[in-house]
Amino acid sequence: MAGRRLLFAVPVLALVSAAVFALGALSPFDPVKQYYGVQIFNASREDVDRVRAELGVDDPVIVQFGRWAGGLLTGDPGHSRSFRQPVADVVGERLPWTLLLVGVALAVAVLVALLLGVAAAWRQGGWLDRVVTAVGHALEGVPPFVLALGAIAVFALGLGWLPVAGLTDAGAEASAGQVARHLVLPALVLGVSQSPWLVLHVRQSLLSALAEDHVTGARARGLAERVVVLRHALPTALLPFVTLVGARVPELVTGAVLVEEVFSWPGVASAVVKAALSVDFPLLAALTLLATVAVLLGSLLADVASALLDPRVATDG
Amino acid sequence: MADPLTASTVDTTGKAKAKDTKGIKDIEGIEGAKGAANAGGGPGARPGEWRSAARRRAGTPHAAAGSGRARLRWIVGGATLAVLAAGAVLLPWLGGLDERVLDYGAVRRPPSAEHLFGTDETGRDLVLLAFAGLRVSLLVAVLCAVISTVFGAVVGAVSGAVGGWTDRLLMRVVDTINAVPHLLLGIVIVALYRGSLTAVVASIALTHWTTVARIVRSEVLSLRQRPYIDAAISGGSSRWRVVRRHLLPAVVPQAAISAVLLLPHAVWHETALSFLGLGLPPHMASIGNILGDGRDAVLLGAWWIVTLPSVLLVVATLAVSGVAATWRDRLVPRRRSELAL
Repeated sequence: MAGRRLLFAVPVLALVSAAVFALGALSPFDPVKQYYGVQIFNASREDVDRVRAELGVDDPVIVQFGRWAGGLLTGDPGHSRSFRQPVADVVGERLPWTLLLVGVALAVAVLVALLLGVAAAWRQGGWLDRVVTAVGHALEGVPPFVLALGAIAVFALGLGWLPVAGLTDAGAEASAGQVARHLVLPALVLGVSQSPWLVLHVRQSLLSALAEDHVTGARARGLAERVVVLRHALPTALLPFVTLVGARVPELVTGAVLVEEVFSWPGVASAVVKAALSVDFPLLAALTLLATVAVLLGSLLADVASALLDPRVATDG
Repeated sequence: MADPLTASTVDTTGKAKAKDTKGIKDIEGIEGAKGAANAGGGPGARPGEWRSAARRRAGTPHAAAGSGRARLRWIVGGATLAVLAAGAVLLPWLGGLDERVLDYGAVRRPPSAEHLFGTDETGRDLVLLAFAGLRVSLLVAVLCAVISTVFGAVVGAVSGAVGGWTDRLLMRVVDTINAVPHLLLGIVIVALYRGSLTAVVASIALTHWTTVARIVRSEVLSLRQRPYIDAAISGGSSRWRVVRRHLLPAVVPQAAISAVLLLPHAVWHETALSFLGLGLPPHMASIGNILGDGRDAVLLGAWWIVTLPSVLLVVATLAVSGVAATWRDRLVPRRRSELAL
């Protein structure tokens, strides 16, 4: 199954890269003007022509695409103008920090979802359930950057507990303690902003699991409430949850872009914004493809996990 | 010998009885809750009615939950939306706001009687500015929602009605677009076609039509099995006539709901783009632009610059999705049990 799914990923990636390149080729943006900046007014005709030839902007679009795609396949996605570094170096330097942030945030979100979702479904209609449902619905409407600004205003500036932004204090070494202190706020904000969907989903699917026959059977055998909920109802409820977590990867990437930008976290997601602001096409295209790979990988892993957890799930399709 | 035996039998029957009644009560509890959910009042509350003496168990809802809440959501959501829309249209006009007029004598003033929510870092009054921003954001969102719904409905209808290779190809395109995070694709589009309203609208509309296309396609597929479509085909209608006359009108309600449900997404998307400095041109004071500009001000302690715009943004989003969810529940009851709002 995994092989088939990986095979499906190839045309998707090819289509995405072609589409991104086409967008770039059709746009009014001119790489030569960007290369020169303001100095294009002082540059001599011959110099501009030489640069045009070097960058190959006058070649047919298909040739340019072939050159760019060939570079991608051989592991050379070009040179980032906004970072003045090869794209591969930018991604290699920044990807670990993003993975750290997103990993911790996802763990926070899943943990919050399991605890609150189970507690809310356990006493449906109770005060905890009502609070969790209301706050969950409200949080669905709060963009991550609003949450991030609020968190900075309260926890960093108001209470002074945590640093405002960055990876370390100014000029400090990137030691584990420093990074951990700076990680708390962005990871919590990202995790909390992702959690409402997960919490409400766990609650809903646990509620429908509690109405199923095998749970009634467990109750009829006189099992304790705790055993009924945690051992008999929860496992069936968690199966769709795994799929949902996999399907939330795009939102996670989106959230990471916003949160990294607000907290000046030196990850790939904030590089997207910098690349976009300075129209750094090679980096932007590479990062878009990277995000697409992450999304495909997320849904693939979720499918594999649910096939492993539930033997009834068809392993092909 | 006999005594403990009888005692134990008595005991067990007693236990069994207790369990029995508990079981019955539980069933009644469930029925009662269902009745409450349907009727809205709740029989548990009526005097003289039997109350469940059993221990509460996981998953049984309170009798109070019911359609009363849905009604409340509809009224509150609608009223809030009306107030916000009126405010967005009237306030900037009455207050005589010109977004391009800056007042450097009144920069970053904290909330006071003169400026209820203070001023931003160019001295504009935040109440007027935020409502003007809300108007811009809502207008852009409505535009995007309409465009992407129409586009998605056309693609979905064609895909469902034509079927075969066209269908497969279009659905693969939908899959591919869904495989790229929407905001990222939006950023790419906006980055390459910078600084105009068209770019923002295109970036939102191009990434959000896929949901509508899927919904409309599945609706068309299920409609194709209906007898009246068979009748139309047997009566000699062309494919185009069937689509235009029978299929498209039937998917309008679904598409309209998707359009309304898209609104919060579109607001969200536009605000995020503007916040990152990639969205609407700076002179258009959208909520995202205000928040993006106010970000540095927050670090200087001027928290009020982001407060009102954020509150307006969140309240507007919630109001729109509340109204949309109520509408959807009325029109498509089978989805009521799923995630609401």
